[in-house]
Amino acid sequence: MHRLTRATLAFNGLGRCFVAEKQVSAIKIPSRGLVCAEHGDDYSKHEVYDVIISGGGMVGSAMACSLGMDPNLDGKKILLLEAGKKKVMDKVPDTYSTRVSSISPGSTTLLSGVGAWEHITKMRCKPYKRMQVWDACSDVLITFDKDNLQDEMAHIVENDIVVAALTKQLDSLSDNVQVKYRSKVVGYAWPMPHQAENSIPWVKVTLASGESVQTKLLIGADGPNSMVRQELGIPTVKWNYDQSAVVAVLHLSEPTENNVAWQRFLPSGPIALLPLSDTESSLVWSTSHQQAEELLQLDEESFVDAVNSAFWSNENQSELIETAGSLFRSTLSAIMPSAGSPRQLPPSVAGVGPKTRVMFPLGTGHAAEYIRHRVALIGDAAHRVHPLAGQGANLGFGDVACLTRLLSRAAFDGKDLGAIQHLLEYETERQRHNLAMMAAIDLMKRLYSTNAAPVVLLRTFGVQATNMVPALKEQIMAFASK
Amino acid sequence: MYANKLNRLMLGLFIRHATAVGRSAFSWTAACKQRTLWLQRRACLKTHQHVVTCPTSARSASQTTVDPDEVRKFQSLAGKWWDEQGEFAALHALNDLRVPFIRDNLLNVHRARHRGKPLGGLRILDVGCGGGLLTEPLGRLGANVLGIDPVGNSVGTAELHSSIDPDLRNRVSYRASTLEELSAERTGGQEEQGADHFDAIVASEVVEHLADLETFASCCNHVLKPGGSLFITTLNKTNLSYALAIVVAEQLLHIVPSGTHDWEKFISPVDLERLLESNGFSVQSVQGMLYNPASGAWSWTNSTAINYALHAVKVRDDPHADQAEDGGSHPEGHAGATAEPNN
Repeated sequence: MHRLTRATLAFNGLGRCFVAEKQVSAIKIPSRGLVCAEHGDDYSKHEVYDVIISGGGMVGSAMACSLGMDPNLDGKKILLLEAGKKKVMDKVPDTYSTRVSSISPGSTTLLSGVGAWEHITKMRCKPYKRMQVWDACSDVLITFDKDNLQDEMAHIVENDIVVAALTKQLDSLSDNVQVKYRSKVVGYAWPMPHQAENSIPWVKVTLASGESVQTKLLIGADGPNSMVRQELGIPTVKWNYDQSAVVAVLHLSEPTENNVAWQRFLPSGPIALLPLSDTESSLVWSTSHQQAEELLQLDEESFVDAVNSAFWSNENQSELIETAGSLFRSTLSAIMPSAGSPRQLPPSVAGVGPKTRVMFPLGTGHAAEYIRHRVALIGDAAHRVHPLAGQGANLGFGDVACLTRLLSRAAFDGKDLGAIQHLLEYETERQRHNLAMMAAIDLMKRLYSTNAAPVVLLRTFGVQATNMVPALKEQIMAFASK
Repeated sequence: MYANKLNRLMLGLFIRHATAVGRSAFSWTAACKQRTLWLQRRACLKTHQHVVTCPTSARSASQTTVDPDEVRKFQSLAGKWWDEQGEFAALHALNDLRVPFIRDNLLNVHRARHRGKPLGGLRILDVGCGGGLLTEPLGRLGANVLGIDPVGNSVGTAELHSSIDPDLRNRVSYRASTLEELSAERTGGQEEQGADHFDAIVASEVVEHLADLETFASCCNHVLKPGGSLFITTLNKTNLSYALAIVVAEQLLHIVPSGTHDWEKFISPVDLERLLESNGFSVQSVQGMLYNPASGAWSWTNSTAINYALHAVKVRDDPHADQAEDGGSHPEGHAGATAEPNN
């Protein structure tokens, strides 16, 4: 039985094993050097933590809070390492930051659980009750809302605010979680799966200060260019979209309720307007590198014109598609008269916040493995997505919730927190969710990056049909709001 | 440089395969299992490489005071006990049932809760601890655990393994000793009631290896505090247990090394219960356990035909109290027997 599986594995694992073998020889040399230097009881001199989290961004800080507050993990030694300085926010800055996240109800639950959501609502965040997505090549649109605008779909929160709230919460957890700011990791040494000769027992982390710490479980939350992932040699499947995102803070021409997230798919990429306040919205415009450069160079007035025309222009529409689309729409409404939702118009933009325009390249990446012996990757270190669905942070918070639950149970069962069994469970559960989400986002991206008539027709029909079926939309929202 | 390119090429191959797997709607559990196997393979690969690099390390080690042969022997044994996919895999997996079984039953008896350390403040004796597979989790739950095993090598392995973990260093200790020796020590030396006695005794997968169960039961009674718990997991003496534990597990699937078990020594829950009751214990619950060799996981079952777990409590010494306990504990005992342990 085992042998049979192993035979198929030989095929499957060929690539991996080969990669692994290469790494072993690479890793073994430093690790052996270490063991020689640290023979005897030397390794006990370095402090041993139960969990070290590398990276104190939104996801890493949430992980530290979440572990620090779990009753079953009480008394465990937890350390958060952050290369940057401590980000305290005594008062909310006057201007909005350009880096914002859409926080789904699932993420809100996690953040409330660790006590950070209260701080966020006291600082600032903006809920939206509806999302309208439409196409540049036709008039069809799809809207998402919850119980006819009764409930919030999600919140737009500045990343800095999330980090500040979590930092505040970490301060109150100082008995359980230790945080080292301005501590850059310069090296990792990895233990072997089960006690082999010459193996170090725990993951060893060397800091730039020369200090070394050890941990039973290392959680890599160090972002898309994760050093933990690279040092482990975990392969990633990644591709660049040959796109950049331009972000900015926009002023609306008149105050509105501003509780709708707008997204229009242009052939060059999606453009999104996310509410920040009654008069301000955040722009995320994905487009070609060249156009992004141009958009940054434009003077403020022309930039505002460009944004408005991106939301309002009809230049990409063709009559054929229009006719086919409206025919289809009338057929559908004949069958289901009540379904669907009215079209709303996005607010017009009057100005752009000074010096808020920033661009960054877009890409997608997924680590082939989320775990290794005594190591787990979370957040962007494991998966990076296109911002079009606003899911990046939510996938990371989902990782945090899942890993906390599994580690809490492992601790209550007296298990070694770095044991492979529950880490495998984490990997299976999260890859199942994250891969599906990434595939959906990538499909959307590709489906909308063209203005070829057949594809446009296909998406015209597909989107209209979906918009008419509330049950299907609920399914989509339930999946996205986890 | 070239290695890097090669890696990427191989990675490409793998990715293509992975997507193919996804397309053919491969079950995720199967994929997960393959992964476990792959990790295991990689572990083999690494140990193999270590064997190759042995001469250098042996030379450097010989300069220390430690006898490298001894160390290597312990470490090779440690590898066996602690290899979660190796010969003791089923025993590792059994922790998923027996640790919660012991924890929850002790939590029912000792109400005092310590956050993060559910068994904090309790003294537990692990009889036949082997490599310390069960001793360590109990220590992590906060208990002060003494593991004893007549096999010196196993105790050495257990000591070596737990010495690395600073959390366990002060909570877990081991001795190469038998239960009789321990019990005799207590009689001969300081007879301070309760001071050195244990709140619980764990004999997991042990009694089927013992020659004299009568002595075992009376020794258990002797070292246990009044009201203390005795936890036993073992194999029933049925035709089914012969077929599965001896024929299938040892001879066909090699889940455990052949010759591990002698069916003649197996004991049925009824016999075990009778034996314990005659030695001053009151049996609280008996629960069947089932091993699934395909998934490598254990689950609770109503049938005690193959493996079972038993929880007994030492009846308090006072004969009157004994009576009262007997009358009072029955409904409780019944509740314990029917209540499904968590997980």
